[in-house]
Amino acid sequence: MPSAGTPRRSRHRFGKRMFTGWAVLVYLVLYLPIVVVVIFAFNQPTSVPQGASPCSVDPSRMGNVTVWNGGTTCWFHTALNDPTYVPAVKTSFWIAFRASLIATVLGTAAALSLARMKKRWRVPFDVLVYLTLVVPEIVIAVASLIFFVQAHNNLSIFPTLGESTILLGQIVFSASLVMLIVRARFVGMGSSLEEASFDLGGGPIATFRQVTLPRLLPAVIAGALLSFTFSFDDYVLPAFTNGTVNTWPIVVYSAVRFGVTPAVNALATVMLVVTVTLILITGLVLRRSGASDLTGAPPPTIP
Amino acid sequence: MTSETIQPPKRSPRRRSFAPRYPGWLTAPSLIYYMIFFLGPLAILVVFSVATQAGFGSVSYTFSTSQFKALNDPLYIKVFRQTMLMAAGGTALTIAIGYPVAYWMSRYLTRYKTLALLLVIVPFWTSFLIRTYALKIILDPQGYLAHFVEWTGISSQFNVLYTGKAVAIGLAYNYLPLLILPVYASLERMDWKLVEAATDLGASPFKAFRQITLPLTLPGLITGALLVFIPMCGEYVIPQLLGGGQFAFVGTVIGSNFLGAQNWPFGSAMAIAFMVLLSIFVVIYIAFATREEQFGA
Repeated sequence: MPSAGTPRRSRHRFGKRMFTGWAVLVYLVLYLPIVVVVIFAFNQPTSVPQGASPCSVDPSRMGNVTVWNGGTTCWFHTALNDPTYVPAVKTSFWIAFRASLIATVLGTAAALSLARMKKRWRVPFDVLVYLTLVVPEIVIAVASLIFFVQAHNNLSIFPTLGESTILLGQIVFSASLVMLIVRARFVGMGSSLEEASFDLGGGPIATFRQVTLPRLLPAVIAGALLSFTFSFDDYVLPAFTNGTVNTWPIVVYSAVRFGVTPAVNALATVMLVVTVTLILITGLVLRRSGASDLTGAPPPTIP
Repeated sequence: MTSETIQPPKRSPRRRSFAPRYPGWLTAPSLIYYMIFFLGPLAILVVFSVATQAGFGSVSYTFSTSQFKALNDPLYIKVFRQTMLMAAGGTALTIAIGYPVAYWMSRYLTRYKTLALLLVIVPFWTSFLIRTYALKIILDPQGYLAHFVEWTGISSQFNVLYTGKAVAIGLAYNYLPLLILPVYASLERMDWKLVEAATDLGASPFKAFRQITLPLTLPGLITGALLVFIPMCGEYVIPQLLGGGQFAFVGTVIGSNFLGAQNWPFGSAMAIAFMVLLSIFVVIYIAFATREEQFGA
């Protein structure tokens, strides 16, 4: 490189400093809400009666819990013993678990077949997959509401609104998500090792089990985890197809709209710890699979 | 013309390298699933949009365009326009915040690129509702940010919550990673030597950016912009929580026709009209996505 003049070099350094400053600021803002949630999990109501536990105050007399009134750890106990919170988390967990399991099987199977399919057959399927990702969730939510109500009225094999309808609705988006991720990895892998396996006399099933699947596994796991987090965090679809079932996002939403107590923050903090652990696992898995394969794929649209 | 002679020379060697194909029926389960639980609901949505309301909560199946005609009302046109404007504003804000971050990652980082990218995505994987609730705490008129702003004298009254500003902030906050990723990808593909050459030839950094970096990353930028614009238009939760329910989006109006007003045919018609409107942007997106692909190759 030709020697750069001093003014230009200092200008470069100045530009670097400006951009770094901006980036640091953006990162701070990105993490600020999460920090706020954790801090306010230890907050007290505005006024606590003499001798009473801060967490026994009725939510309507809580006062302003968006400013700091002093610390307490009792919200964690309250949250974990709340009659609605923990069951709602459990419901969300089981729905998300089953949804990601089914979506992973559907999505992986389709991804394997689609990646090397003739264009004539592949393109219509692709359009369908992209459609499931692009149609606004609110539209799918109301459409699923009508569909499940009508389907149950006319065919008794369809379930009433509840856990199963949330599950059935979420699998559509999740399967597309898994399909995109697994396919990006599968195409990136190339077919030479599989060809070698065939040449050496491995049958299709042996090749899949011993060559394809082990190399594909990180992407499959990443897709499963991503679809799990989507389902677990999803509010819009369950809000319309839940019937009377409470999921965790539904509980949080009504708490936020109609007066939240620090107990919600406390449980959110507990779950944050769980989520961060999950992310670290995903990160390790991605690192093993080579994260660059994934960043090259179109990022999934998560509302 | 001797078109017969211009053919691939020998076909036999191609045969030997055979890519193992997975059978087509592997797509059948997901295809059937999409047919029932995706296309099924959309089809019944279309049926409902041309049906008419017969009393509270019951519907008579007709073919009537009256629901669509009712949409042509200044009230609803205003909701559509407001949604588009808010989404456009939110997209502009997201670009203003996100582009410099992506630029910084690609230009100035070497070892920690992946980490920086991961750190953008991590908050995105914690509960969306909880984060939006935290924004509500932060933007509260009696909160610390309000006190700070009033103390510095930037504004004597900090009233952001339950206004369009809060909704725009919420949109930009929640969709930032979706913009940073494609912009970063296109910046990574760019050859920074071009910028170096331009500045060596005497262009100012700003001019080099405008004439080289920006045009070369425009496909990525447009992809990212539409990737955030389209879901922003369909946003349901953010306008409800940060707009205080008074700030109507198309999505919230559709939702209230199903949960509150129980006018399903009208809500369906609105959903269909909304999808048609959005499909215009999707077509633009696909056009740019394919261009981006060619460009990136």
